[in-house]
Amino acid sequence: MMIEIKDITKTYDSGGEPFQALKGITFSVKKGEFVAIMGPSGSGKSTLMHILGALDTPTSGTYFLDGKDMSTLSDDELADIRKNNIGFVFQSFNLLPRTTVMRNVTLPLIYDGVPEGEREKRAREVLKEAGLDETHFGHLSNQLSGGQIQRVAIARALVNNPSIILADEPTGNLDTKTGDIVLATFQRLNKEYGRTIILITHEPDVAEHADRILFIRDGLLSENPLGHKKRIAQA
Amino acid sequence: MKTQDILKETFSALKANKVRTGLTMLGIVIGIASVIAMVAIGQGASNSVSSSIESMGANLIIVSPGAQRTFGGGPSASRGGAQSLTLEDATKISSQISNVSGIARVVSSQQQVVSTGENTNTSITGTESSYSTIRNIEIAEGSFITDQNVEKSSKVAVLGSTTRDDLFGEGATDVIGEKIKISGVEYKVIGIAAEKGGSGMTNSDDVVYIPYTTAQRYLTGNKYLSGIYISALTSEDSTQVQEDVTTLLLALHDKTTDTADFTTMNQSDMIATVSDIASTFTTLLAAIAGISLLVGGIGIMNMMLTTVTERTKEIGLRKAIGAKKKDINRQFIVEATILTFIGGVLGVILGWLISFGVSFFDIIDAQVSIPSVLLAFGVSALIGIVFGYYPAHKAANLNPIEALRYE
Repeated sequence: MMIEIKDITKTYDSGGEPFQALKGITFSVKKGEFVAIMGPSGSGKSTLMHILGALDTPTSGTYFLDGKDMSTLSDDELADIRKNNIGFVFQSFNLLPRTTVMRNVTLPLIYDGVPEGEREKRAREVLKEAGLDETHFGHLSNQLSGGQIQRVAIARALVNNPSIILADEPTGNLDTKTGDIVLATFQRLNKEYGRTIILITHEPDVAEHADRILFIRDGLLSENPLGHKKRIAQA
Repeated sequence: MKTQDILKETFSALKANKVRTGLTMLGIVIGIASVIAMVAIGQGASNSVSSSIESMGANLIIVSPGAQRTFGGGPSASRGGAQSLTLEDATKISSQISNVSGIARVVSSQQQVVSTGENTNTSITGTESSYSTIRNIEIAEGSFITDQNVEKSSKVAVLGSTTRDDLFGEGATDVIGEKIKISGVEYKVIGIAAEKGGSGMTNSDDVVYIPYTTAQRYLTGNKYLSGIYISALTSEDSTQVQEDVTTLLLALHDKTTDTADFTTMNQSDMIATVSDIASTFTTLLAAIAGISLLVGGIGIMNMMLTTVTERTKEIGLRKAIGAKKKDINRQFIVEATILTFIGGVLGVILGWLISFGVSFFDIIDAQVSIPSVLLAFGVSALIGIVFGYYPAHKAANLNPIEALRYE
């Protein structure tokens, strides 16, 4: 198992009443799976993503990533996990402004101390994998279209060869057509390159691109591997 | 993270907003430049005053009439105007004090001097032949006042080069034998003193020398002296000579130290006093310049805080892709330090140029000292670290989740 989550809860205690965002979630993801986590806003899916992405730790429960217990790590140890095991793709892309495609993609590697020549070589590979044409490699981030920008961001998520790709509403800022191209990219990465992908979204159309959909609502999870279309209709 | 990568990140961040980077750096440039220039000017002023005191003559002791001013003391007789030094005092000094190489009586006065068609207001120094040796006066043309001139109260005059220029035209020759009038009395010019290169307020070339006996008869009309110039044999002797002279004159005038009606000054004391004053002024100037450096440092902090806020999302991203607290901290500290260091280099160059300009236009011979340059570099790097610390700390402690959400 790549990811094993057992009875995870997360309680926020920011003044006044404590708020329980996750109320005991259990699931696992195998290597090479393409999973969508779907739910309306306020359901707790963002909190779950932060825990999966080692940006936050659960209040209780256990989280094993590649057999490593993640629930008791320090800030620096979490940073190391993010550096080596996780690739993020954000809704708002988060590329460095006025910076070349190449520098954006190689950015994670400078924190890993990878030499410059090696960085460029790896960046070229993953940019091709993410489906960006080589003519754009030297372009500045603000000279690209939305779809191209998101593919650069995907390449950046791939460059450190992570165990899982976490995509948080990756099509949220894109029109349907470019969104489809990006989703097709994820499918291709999953099918051709065997990448493990977790897609977080509130849109059923987007979630449908995954092999398996986990529903989250009010901090609780329900899984419906078969006939999820019916389930979506009900929601 | 490799050093080379940190530097690359830093330069690309600084280049991202060139105008702001430039203006912030300007604060440091001005701060460092003013420290360097002010210290150089202060140093130069101190040197120039010291050397002009030294050029007054070797191992000089000056006795002037009037009481020494004391702290909190009441009114005292104005030093130059008091009538307490007599010819007898001078004679006693020359006969009773040992280790003295020369003594010159001086009667001075400020007068209008007239030549054919020109006139100038200048200082008249009535003195005797020994004065030229004591005060290192060289004669360019003709001769200085002789003992014979003094004996006969001759109406002869030796002109300083500036007075010569004023009365007979710039660099005039054949002035020897010409007539000038001081206070209605006609004098014959017998010599021209070589240029001494006066510096500061007092121009030692704007002067007319006449015999002191003549000055007493025609200008002051009394038998008193305005000063006695004594030259000690060696500089080690000068303090002892000063004490001996003081003791002797106190006895002659029947006074005690508290009621003394004369003042003695030793050249080395004067140099010490002047350099004391000069170093106080240099410190003051440097302190004022230091304030501008501090203001520059606050500018750095201000810019870094703005940068951290502006780049919150970027910091969030960097953390999400694996940057540790210390990576972020280091990045911003290095950014502030590089900024102040470049500002420091430019400031040293600007400060040096200002000092050079001040010297070039003959205002003051400013001297840039290596320690002040090294100090400026050290201080500018330190400012980067000190004023970059808080913003960097703030950036490093941002919560990545909130930073990524920041709009």
